[in-house]
Amino acid sequence: MSQQPAPGATDPAVIRNFCIIAHIDHGKSTLADRMLQITGVVDDRSMRAQYLDRMDIERERGITIKSQAVRLPYVAGDGREYVLNLIDTPGHVDFTYEVSRSLAACEGAVLLVDAAQGIEAQTLANLYLALENDLQIIPVLNKIDLPAAQPEKYAAELAHIIGCRPEDVLKVSAKTGEGVGELLQTIVDLIPAPIGDQDAPARAMIFDSVYDTYRGVVTYVRVVDGRIGTRDRISMMSTGAVHELLEVGVISPEPNPAGGLGVGEVGYLITGVKDVRQSRVGDTITTATKGATDALGGYRDPKPMVFSGLYPIDGSDYPILRDALDRLKLNDAALQYEPETSVALGFGFRCGFLGLLHLEIVRERLEREFDLDLISTSPNVIYKVQMEDGKELVVTNPSEFPEGKVASVTEPVVKATVILPSEFVGTVMELCQARRGTLLGMDYLSEDRVEMRYTLPLAEIVFDFFDQLKSRTRGYASLDYETSGEQVADLVKVDILLHGDAVDAFSAIVHKDKAYSYGVAMAQKLKELIPRQQFEVPIQAAIGSRIIARETIRAIRKDVLAKCYGGDVSRKRKLLEKQKEGKKRMKMVGRVEVPQEAFIAALSTSEAAPKK
Amino acid sequence: MSAPLSLYLHVPFCASRCGYCDFNTYTATELGDGVDRASFHEHLAAEITMAARQLAATHRVDTVFVGGGTPTLIGAGALNHLIARIHDEFDVAPDLEVTTEANPDSVDEPMLTELKAGGFTRISFGLQSSAPHVLQVLERTHTPGAGGNAAQLARSAGFEHVNLDVIYATPGESDDDLQRTLDEVLESGVDHVSAYSLIVEQGTALARRVDRGELPAPDDDVAADRYELIDDRLQKAGLDWYEVSNWSKPSGECRHNLAYWRNRDWWGIGPGAHSHLDGTRWWNVKHPRTYANRITADLSPMQEQEVTTAEQQRLERIMMGLRLAEGLPVVDLEMNDDDIAVVSEGLIDEGLIDPGVLAHGRLALTRRGRLLADAVVRRLVD
Repeated sequence: MSQQPAPGATDPAVIRNFCIIAHIDHGKSTLADRMLQITGVVDDRSMRAQYLDRMDIERERGITIKSQAVRLPYVAGDGREYVLNLIDTPGHVDFTYEVSRSLAACEGAVLLVDAAQGIEAQTLANLYLALENDLQIIPVLNKIDLPAAQPEKYAAELAHIIGCRPEDVLKVSAKTGEGVGELLQTIVDLIPAPIGDQDAPARAMIFDSVYDTYRGVVTYVRVVDGRIGTRDRISMMSTGAVHELLEVGVISPEPNPAGGLGVGEVGYLITGVKDVRQSRVGDTITTATKGATDALGGYRDPKPMVFSGLYPIDGSDYPILRDALDRLKLNDAALQYEPETSVALGFGFRCGFLGLLHLEIVRERLEREFDLDLISTSPNVIYKVQMEDGKELVVTNPSEFPEGKVASVTEPVVKATVILPSEFVGTVMELCQARRGTLLGMDYLSEDRVEMRYTLPLAEIVFDFFDQLKSRTRGYASLDYETSGEQVADLVKVDILLHGDAVDAFSAIVHKDKAYSYGVAMAQKLKELIPRQQFEVPIQAAIGSRIIARETIRAIRKDVLAKCYGGDVSRKRKLLEKQKEGKKRMKMVGRVEVPQEAFIAALSTSEAAPKK
Repeated sequence: MSAPLSLYLHVPFCASRCGYCDFNTYTATELGDGVDRASFHEHLAAEITMAARQLAATHRVDTVFVGGGTPTLIGAGALNHLIARIHDEFDVAPDLEVTTEANPDSVDEPMLTELKAGGFTRISFGLQSSAPHVLQVLERTHTPGAGGNAAQLARSAGFEHVNLDVIYATPGESDDDLQRTLDEVLESGVDHVSAYSLIVEQGTALARRVDRGELPAPDDDVAADRYELIDDRLQKAGLDWYEVSNWSKPSGECRHNLAYWRNRDWWGIGPGAHSHLDGTRWWNVKHPRTYANRITADLSPMQEQEVTTAEQQRLERIMMGLRLAEGLPVVDLEMNDDDIAVVSEGLIDEGLIDPGVLAHGRLALTRRGRLLADAVVRRLVD
């Protein structure tokens, strides 16, 4: 038996770096599990289902947030020992940049598609990204063991999309292992070995950076040129910051320290830094002495696109929320936040996210890992407001929208791809038009599946676009989008006034044509949610000083129990004690008592919100 | 000097159950085996003796109220037997008030005469409504007019104090229906009226009908209108409100119920009955069979007791005292003068309390305040 190549001393010719591009639920993690098993990296007994997805949330949602890289030893048909580096990629629209960096670390990609469902929009978007990076694509249909599988149909679809022959599409069942061995052989056969200059100054690209409580930041890199050794001091080329190397190694699938990493190799570095911001995805690492002068291309600062206010339901939890955000930040270079105060919601934070999923993940982690109950305000995007006096303002919170004379407002725009069964084309066009979309093009992927391309304002997508899309297509449509500049639009701020006082949490920046319907809907919603007070409470929607909608909560006239005799005393007292307790959860907006639940319900974007 | 004591006697039987009722009462079928209705009053009498063992030395009985259920279902003989037991065991006030509740269709002239002779001084009938469709929704068995007739019978049998209970804002009731109900009430010449807006109690047949959408839920705004209508007509007829839901001619107030609102001591006899002695509240086991077994074994029928804290007692005094026309003594607020000034000024501004009564050191609700009494209480205990 030949000797397995050692990390740091592996001939690039036997290295294959690849990733798996797949939609949520199409079986990426199961396939990765099977590869770990077949290559003997994990024995059957210690096989933990979906080994690579570490975080609970990921496992529950069946998605991978943070990528990792696993080194798999593989003896190919020619009898040689190969090293396959499986680089896991995040699978959601918000993490396009992270995906692009993972792809940049590879020479090839397995395009994994569910044989019962066909390709989805995000997969298609990531495929295009992979093609832009000149990756060798290996098309694979998964779940061929399912009774509903239609391998011929979807093989033809894949062949049509990537321009290969249908018989080139591999068919596997990650669940049973069928075809996975052939896939590994194909990876060795088709994916090119990495090429780099062994004698050049070291250059390695960071494709992931993870905070570990015990080790500090663990940085995942792909070495392009030269070598990084344990005794080196390294430099981050975007900032020039220099760090000692505490450990260098590969994951297989647990971390194994090694002497170094050479050309084409994939592994991890530990420097002792405590914050992922000091070790950023996309940055180039070189040695501190005799280092490279030119960084690898493609580095970008993470830029939040979606903003939302996060508030603890129990105001006394504010310090816990602050500490929790500080902790999450260590592991999330894209998360931004600053303190904010709301009349309605008290003390909280204005947070910036890459997108909606990022928002949801952060919120869920805060609630789960730090036991917080939170309210989040409706998500909004960044607006640039040009004033008539020439001043320009950047608005990330509707309540900061200026009162004076506005010359123009600019909003971010995205290019969106929707893949859907052709029967739903009409209803999706309707939706996109209602959301101010412009159709860019439309293609039939197969007889009954269509790809539609639109430009849409990002603000229209962050609201409830995805839910709407899913409900209009019975769950069959998939969506992907990427930012695509900005546009001037006829946008106004709508304020909601309760008894004459503006409720900051409900202010929204909306298109002029939708201001009225937003105002009416919000006023009606609040009318349902706010209990009657002892006086009449007008709810108004206003643009500046112009009232565009009005509802009235009539004054309560009766608030007394008809009967209070001897046997009722204890019960009635307990009722009053409970009401007294409930009053503590009331927020005062001017003179109006508003239950916290009303804010939460009014802020929930779901159409299914209790309406009674 | 001995302290005044009120006794409540609970008769947990009804001929049939009304759809809105969630009281601790049982029809023959609901009751099941093992409870003898004919001799049940013996258990109540035994608890009277138990109460006397504890209180006869220190208390004098001032009022007695027999409620239910339908007390008259056990017969005048049994009821009189209970009053006799009270006289045997306790000192009683010379002007002892003795009330019984009754259904219009469960009494006749001989029975009323017998009750009067047995010491009953006051009788209270559930008239509820004069509109047949309202009685039907309430599932009352008596016919329109029966309530007024029963009240007149009682008056001719010598009862000076007669009450009629009215339920208003029942789904389907119109203003006219209520006017006719008040016609019947006032024509009968009673000196006391209790009027309650219909409450849909969870677990009742009425609640199930509302939940199923067969009946609309009673509307609070309608109830407020009807309350004002009732108050107007009764005041005009010389019946003044003395508690949120109670009106009487001069000296027609129910002293027994006043004892509750003034937070006095009372002992509740019978299954599920509540008692209050000096800040301690307790209540008896609910089922008549369990109750009977305890009494037979000479054990206390108490199910649970609650020793209220000073803060809870303050809340109770406020929530009950405020219901009375005489008002809540300002001292019972247990607040400093500045705070009282601030809070009462606000309540006067909003038209909730009467500034004239406040000048005499008491907090009394205006009519608007009566309809918002619970909100006023919450303000005062905040």
